[in-house]
Amino acid sequence: MGKRKVVVPGEVIAEGDKLPGEGTKKKGKQIIAMRYGLADESAKLIKIIPLSGVYHPRRGNMVIGKVDELTFNGWRVDIDAAESAFLSLTEVPRFVNKNNLEEVMDIGDVAVFKIQGVNKRGVDLTIKSRSLGKIDEGIIIKINSNKVPRVIGKEGSMIKLIKENTGCNITVGQNGLVWIKGDKIDNELLAKKAIIFVTKKSFISGLTEEVEKWFEENKPSQTKASKTETKTKSSEKAKKSEKSEESKESEKKNEEDNDKKENKKEKKK
Amino acid sequence: MAKNFKRPDGRKNNEHRPIKAKVGIIPNADGSAMFSTGDTIAIAAVYGPRQMHPQHKQDPEKGVLRCTYTMNSFSVSDRIRPGPSRRSMEIGKITQWALEPAVMLEKFPSTVVDVHINIIQADAGTRCAGINAASMALAHAGIPMKGLISSISVGKLDKNVVVDLSKEEEDFEEGEGATDIPISMTSDKELTHIQLDGKIDKKQLKEAIKLAEEACEEIKKIQTKALKESLGNEESVDEDKDKDKNKEKSE
Repeated sequence: MGKRKVVVPGEVIAEGDKLPGEGTKKKGKQIIAMRYGLADESAKLIKIIPLSGVYHPRRGNMVIGKVDELTFNGWRVDIDAAESAFLSLTEVPRFVNKNNLEEVMDIGDVAVFKIQGVNKRGVDLTIKSRSLGKIDEGIIIKINSNKVPRVIGKEGSMIKLIKENTGCNITVGQNGLVWIKGDKIDNELLAKKAIIFVTKKSFISGLTEEVEKWFEENKPSQTKASKTETKTKSSEKAKKSEKSEESKESEKKNEEDNDKKENKKEKKK
Repeated sequence: MAKNFKRPDGRKNNEHRPIKAKVGIIPNADGSAMFSTGDTIAIAAVYGPRQMHPQHKQDPEKGVLRCTYTMNSFSVSDRIRPGPSRRSMEIGKITQWALEPAVMLEKFPSTVVDVHINIIQADAGTRCAGINAASMALAHAGIPMKGLISSISVGKLDKNVVVDLSKEEEDFEEGEGATDIPISMTSDKELTHIQLDGKIDKKQLKEAIKLAEEACEEIKKIQTKALKESLGNEESVDEDKDKDKNKEKSE
């Protein structure tokens, strides 16, 4: 993987013997950016990784959506995309009474779906798989869909870290909706904070360590039982100082840490 | 051309007012930008692509760009009546036409991209500032585009062709008076919009367009810079480096 740089529409990314990938086009010998994002070059193929913009549904994506409307043969679902999404009756893994669709899902219900296909008319959804289906409890937060890969991390490393530290069950929809379910509200809120922290700091390298540090500083004392000494120390601190103060401190600390890191980087260069 | 001509604020004929540009100023929008020249400040917010309502306005062949232009009531010294006016509707339409050639509408059929431009401080050249801001906001929203649109108003004061008129200059009344020519163009210097309010001869119009080309080149650079800087230190995002660092630490 080569070095990535930010490109704007109309910018010439490279010249010569290269192939245009997603978000680019070839004009003569030049590869030109067609959208704003990070240009990524691997094995002659140049593509653009989007940094912003609305969610673009793709086949196989897991998404979280809200039922908008009941029709005679299925449910219309809002998945926060430009295209409308539809869950057909046949894609539900149980018997459904056609006159009583709301038995399975009613308007306003939220569920985890998988995208079965994307066509001109819209998006087709399914819940015929494990871990899909209606959500009954927990909290749902919305993050920028372009930051989902960062929240999940490499091979799920980041989301695993957050799950382990909060004891919550977290489902990240590719459309940027995140479902957090824990046994205690406090844990759910901690997970929410952690995810928001990740999206805010999504452009720092070594983010996983950063989040580990963040957990050390922000964890309330009760959930600490199984952690190591260093971590209990910080929890004592938390007991002494008031919560709000502590969070402020930790924010400062985080900032300082970032500064240090940046300094290190510069020195390296 | 009169040699001893001096602009009211002492600028050179081809000098625009100081420009500021910033991207990502409205957190709730999918893309947003601020653009200011001198005392004119425009902000633009882009939403979408999203579903088009009312449905009968959907176009299954290509997307729709919908621009609105609003001059806030506090933007000028005499409070203007809020709400759509003949002028704001016209400029909204003009903005849409100026931007459409750069946006690849065929990439998002049946949907709409909403562009809302607000002028929060006005001192002439508001439609140009609005178009500049909108173009940055569209790029920021990740809309597929052929390039950025840059816009500038060129004018003629008496017999002198100058760039980026201020309100004071727009009201210039000596000699032949003032002519205002807002021009927008793509990064390839293709015109997407030109308006003319006043009198000018062929030769001077060509001269004016040439001045606009130079100014737009500079504006494009400022827009590009603002877009790139909105990410802070993201340019150094390099996943391989990440890995190396992790290794170092674990060792």
